[in-house]
Amino acid sequence: MASLMNAMVDTPAIGATFDLATQPLRELNRFLHRDLAGTRAVRVLNPDGAHNIAVGVDAPVDVDIDGHAGYYAGGMNKQAHITIHGNTGPGVGEGMSSGAIHVKGFASVAAGASAHGGLLVIDGDASLRCGISMKGIDIVVGGSVGDYSAFMAQAGTLVICGDAGDGLGDSLYEAVIYVRGSVKSFGADAHEEPMSEADIAALGALLKAAGMSHDPKTFRRVASMRGLYHWNADANQEY
Amino acid sequence: MNKPVEFHKCMQLEESWGYDRKTLDYIHNASAHGLYEIRGLGAKRRVPHFDDLVFLGASLSRYALEGYRERCDTRTVLGTRFASKPIELAIPITIAGMSFGALSANVKEALGRAATDMGTSTTTGDGGMTREERQSSKTLIYQCLPSRYGFNPDDVRRADAIEVVIGQGAKPGGGGMLLGQKVNPRVAKMRTLPEGVDQRSACRHPDWTGPDDLTIKIQELREITDWEKPIYVKVGATRTLHDVKLAVHAGADVIVVDGMQGGTAATQTVFIEHVGIPTLAAVRQAVQALEELNMKDTVQLIVSGGIRTGADVAKALAMGADAVAIGQGVLMALGCNHDSYFQNGAQHSAVEDYAALGTAPGYCHHCHTGKCPVGVTTQDAVLEQRLDPAVGARHVRNYLKTLNMELTTIARACGKQDVHHLEREDLVALTVEAAAMAGQPLAGTDWVPGR
Ligand code: SF4
Repeated sequence: MASLMNAMVDTPAIGATFDLATQPLRELNRFLHRDLAGTRAVRVLNPDGAHNIAVGVDAPVDVDIDGHAGYYAGGMNKQAHITIHGNTGPGVGEGMSSGAIHVKGFASVAAGASAHGGLLVIDGDASLRCGISMKGIDIVVGGSVGDYSAFMAQAGTLVICGDAGDGLGDSLYEAVIYVRGSVKSFGADAHEEPMSEADIAALGALLKAAGMSHDPKTFRRVASMRGLYHWNADANQEY
Repeated sequence: MNKPVEFHKCMQLEESWGYDRKTLDYIHNASAHGLYEIRGLGAKRRVPHFDDLVFLGASLSRYALEGYRERCDTRTVLGTRFASKPIELAIPITIAGMSFGALSANVKEALGRAATDMGTSTTTGDGGMTREERQSSKTLIYQCLPSRYGFNPDDVRRADAIEVVIGQGAKPGGGGMLLGQKVNPRVAKMRTLPEGVDQRSACRHPDWTGPDDLTIKIQELREITDWEKPIYVKVGATRTLHDVKLAVHAGADVIVVDGMQGGTAATQTVFIEHVGIPTLAAVRQAVQALEELNMKDTVQLIVSGGIRTGADVAKALAMGADAVAIGQGVLMALGCNHDSYFQNGAQHSAVEDYAALGTAPGYCHHCHTGKCPVGVTTQDAVLEQRLDPAVGARHVRNYLKTLNMELTTIARACGKQDVHHLEREDLVALTVEAAAMAGQPLAGTDWVPGR
């Protein structure tokens, strides 16, 4: 209850505002975990790059972060729709399993790391290892991604509207990458494959969900050659 | 007349020390296959260990407690630094993290039941949390590993503590392995992998690198769990003094240090035998780190890697550990390397199945094959039936009970009313190496090498 009273409730049971310049992060996260009681929208003012904003939320609530967020914004999210009106630090949406996170600016390293589900949209660029170890999440990056994106990606879809750096899709499992721009180099076991009608349909739906207007036909599909799936003495570890 | 003994002939056959039959076998295998050996369990070589220490029981200068009449507490509390709900255990002996995938679901259930009966905790592994182990374990530690297989927010909330695994004693610096024969449909689904792949997990966490990042990662886990659950950090024993200090700075409630004798389900032999330091050396460094930071008793220490007996537990505690974790020992209690298994009310020989793997009871390290002759480390539908969870639970319970009785026997003999009162002053070393590594005086002297 204490945290509920500290939250500036705009309209009871509908919206609440937390100002991280004056309220500790703990109050915000506790409120999101325990005291939502019908609150449908939460605004976070002055995030000022704070780490771990809105982590572990498990409720259908809209969270708007008015500024830049630090590490792990929206980490392990379930159900919530989180919008970051700024840039984010490493691991935005790491481990999330459902819901959506929308970064209006740029994202640092390891965006969507190891996430099992939901949708992560980054309007700007994403840094190194975007989608590392992803396990079912859909990630749409409006700009470009850094080196080793989708490293060991297991499942889900990574859409890159811009370019990709070195080692794209290294040691890929069953995740699929769609890339519109150039790829500096593919990682071990990743290669380009023809786009099927099913790819175009799936990609079109994802772009639409992400609010991007590119033509899905202008993308290329990158997937695993599955050459590393089995231990192989003849591989000579040339990867 | 008797025939003369023909040993002059054997005498001429001199085996090389550097190129003995074991080494020749290794070279011949390498040249035939072009691939290193992968196996299970831990280091087989002899390293300085707890066996090289003995207790100074009570005598004239100390007085002992009566074995069965006087109280000797074993209660153990872990995670008192930041967590609002620390882990309370009846005994200081816990079950180490081992994955579902490496172990069968039956085994996970047996471990949970035994741990619950004994009032201690069990730990998940590199494959997520199974329904069976959550249901059967009163206190379950949930590992957060580099692979993050099956690591999800619901299970984070279901767990009693989170253990961030940086490394493992059998292979500090390496990721997990699970060969395709063990990646059956259920294991594959839990790990989001295609069935039957030879799974090689990452060796670094996907979303942080280095101790400063780890600090933020730990904060994230605390925020997600509303600061209720203890956060453990597990390191494989290497530069233990520094690693423990960094883990304390990063905000760990509990540090788990796993020495090189610790087990694995599948790792390169070269890694198992040649990377990492013995548990004995690691405990001393870990305790030193906590003492130098003035964090002893604020941050708790769990020691693992080759803990087999009540004496090992007592020595780890006397050196400054708060608890121990056991992996291989409990698997052996379940029947690992036993010549037979118990199924449908009768004992059956497993010797032929060991032979089919090219080994024999007492020598097996074939967990990686998934064809465990006694049904412990398998995902095979037929083999896993060889381990009945109820029977397994009874054996593990008996084993833990024995260890705990041995521990209190030693503690009473040293005059302690609480096993946590065992102290370094109670221990001396039998070898110069052990004295140096453990920082304990050589028996009968006051000499600690290096001091
Ligand atoms: S008996 Fe089973 S658990 Fe033990 S070493 Fe052999 S395969 Fe592994």
